[in-house]
Amino acid sequence: MPETLVFYLLSAIAIGASALVIGQRNPMYSVLLLIASFGALAGLYIQLQAPFVAVAQIIIYAGAIMVLFLFVVMLLNAPQEDAAEWDRTHPLRRPTISRFGGLLAALLVVQLAWALLSARGVEAPVGAGAVADTGSVRALGRVLFSEYVFAFEATSVLILVAMLGAVVLARREGES
Amino acid sequence: MIPLGHYLFVSAVLFAIGTAGVFLRRNLITILLSVEIMLNAVNLSFVAFGRQLGTVDGQIIVFFVMTVAAAEAAVGLAIVIALFRHRESLNPDAFTSLKW
Amino acid sequence: MIVVDFVVEDMDLRLLVQLGVIAFTFLMLINASALLVYAERKVMGFMQQRYGPYRVGPHGLLQPLADILKLLMKEELTPKGADRWLFTLAPILAVTAAFAAFATVPFGAETTLFGLLDEPVKLGVADINVGVLVVFALTSMGVYGIVLAGWSSNSKYSLLGGLRSSAQMISYELSYATALSAVILLAESLSLRVTVDAQAGYWFGVIPRWYVFLQPVGFLIYMTAAIAETNRAPFDFPEAEQELVAGYNTEYSSVRFALFPQAEYINMTTAAAVATDLYLGGWHGPFLPVEYGWIWFLVKVGAILFVYIWVRWTVPRYRYDQLMQFGWKWLFPASVINLIATAALVLSLNA
Repeated sequence: MPETLVFYLLSAIAIGASALVIGQRNPMYSVLLLIASFGALAGLYIQLQAPFVAVAQIIIYAGAIMVLFLFVVMLLNAPQEDAAEWDRTHPLRRPTISRFGGLLAALLVVQLAWALLSARGVEAPVGAGAVADTGSVRALGRVLFSEYVFAFEATSVLILVAMLGAVVLARREGES
Repeated sequence: MIPLGHYLFVSAVLFAIGTAGVFLRRNLITILLSVEIMLNAVNLSFVAFGRQLGTVDGQIIVFFVMTVAAAEAAVGLAIVIALFRHRESLNPDAFTSLKW
Repeated sequence: MIVVDFVVEDMDLRLLVQLGVIAFTFLMLINASALLVYAERKVMGFMQQRYGPYRVGPHGLLQPLADILKLLMKEELTPKGADRWLFTLAPILAVTAAFAAFATVPFGAETTLFGLLDEPVKLGVADINVGVLVVFALTSMGVYGIVLAGWSSNSKYSLLGGLRSSAQMISYELSYATALSAVILLAESLSLRVTVDAQAGYWFGVIPRWYVFLQPVGFLIYMTAAIAETNRAPFDFPEAEQELVAGYNTEYSSVRFALFPQAEYINMTTAAAVATDLYLGGWHGPFLPVEYGWIWFLVKVGAILFVYIWVRWTVPRYRYDQLMQFGWKWLFPASVINLIATAALVLSLNA
């Protein structure tokens, strides 16, 4: 089954790259690994018959947002994360706050796994009962500009505000 | 055909990784990246559910998430730059005072 | 049993033909980059009242080959303090993105290759329903090669080149995409092949139905943004010789260096091919039957590439703040107005 194989490969890339993003100190590598993860996710979207979302994922996330991150990392000359003084100590002897964070993340995994296991209907193959053509851009556009038109306009205002905010925040003090 | 549960599992694992990143890392940029991982995990489950239900609504919500993520990245990175100018550090622990 | 065998054989043949088309496209792109090196130096020579390369082969035709041999024999250097992995990865990324972007660009109508094949094949590697967006997405991946090259070299000139490149490409991508959207509105499709076929025929029997006549402003915006996207003069800030030595590729040598100009020339070819498909009617044109349309396609792409070279050796480089001002204050508003006008036109025609 090539389809299944592709799914597991892409999922492994997405999860592995994401784990490495938070697993090492150099922000430059973090950004690049996240791009790899986004690429794998785009592949999963194509498998889910959502080619437009897949391409938007590459254009918006990998092509714009990540370039912005890369730009900032380069602009600040990529300071490596400072090693804290307790970094080399045993994980269990570290300050509480870090243990707590790891614990919360582990708890979340357990909780989500439990929710998945107790849910019914998740064993059904995805898209088996789907009749509508969810892959067509035309159908997408129709719904976006009719049912969701208010949300769409609200988003454009949000982007405008964010743009102004970014300009104001990043401006050096004393500049007019 | 891959079961819906598998997509949801991948999504759950990605979300957990993102959460762990926000809690464990001490670099503002990596923390923002972890937030992006969480948003993407949710996107994946939206698209999978949309495909399962045979509607395009899931994909449309993903577009809104993407635009919000773009706005978040722009403002977040602007804040990071402003903070870095003051303290020459990206460690969130360095920013403990409310005013300087 | 026999029927099954026949079907499998048929599938194999189709696969083989498709692989042939892919290999052909790949080789043609490599050739295009070599030819463009020659054409650039020759055109530059004529514009400066001299001959250009003349020694290697007849009229210097073998000059690209000599260049490649020279670069292959150079020593590969990695600067001290450079990030080894990314330093090697950067040129590979740049050239891979450049090749991949051409994958969804169709370059000819269905053809049987002068009757060699029983079934006609479509000239083009892949025909996807969101083709335009795929080209756009993969072209925007090319920036990573340049940015990483700049960062990993551990040199301030390279870093400045990479920074400039990322800012410039983000700024001009907007105008580029908005100009594309106007054409998408007219063609009512995201597939490049459908867009080309929508441009077949004539208005009043004389004027070809090319979108350049409906979208003159859009075409100019597209060409300007494409020059900026491919980092060509007058927008060649990432490698501005007079300011940054050689910009992002200062520290590169040998094959790793050669990949950057190659990526640039392939990106140019892709931009010209997309412009031909979207604005100049692709393989449709007078005098030639549609099976021979690829000749028209080559002529049009060649003409656009000539304009690229012409512009490079005519217009002086902008200043960096002028580049940003031009992109955000003139080009982007113009493309938005163009898009709104096009939308109004399409609405009024359909109503």
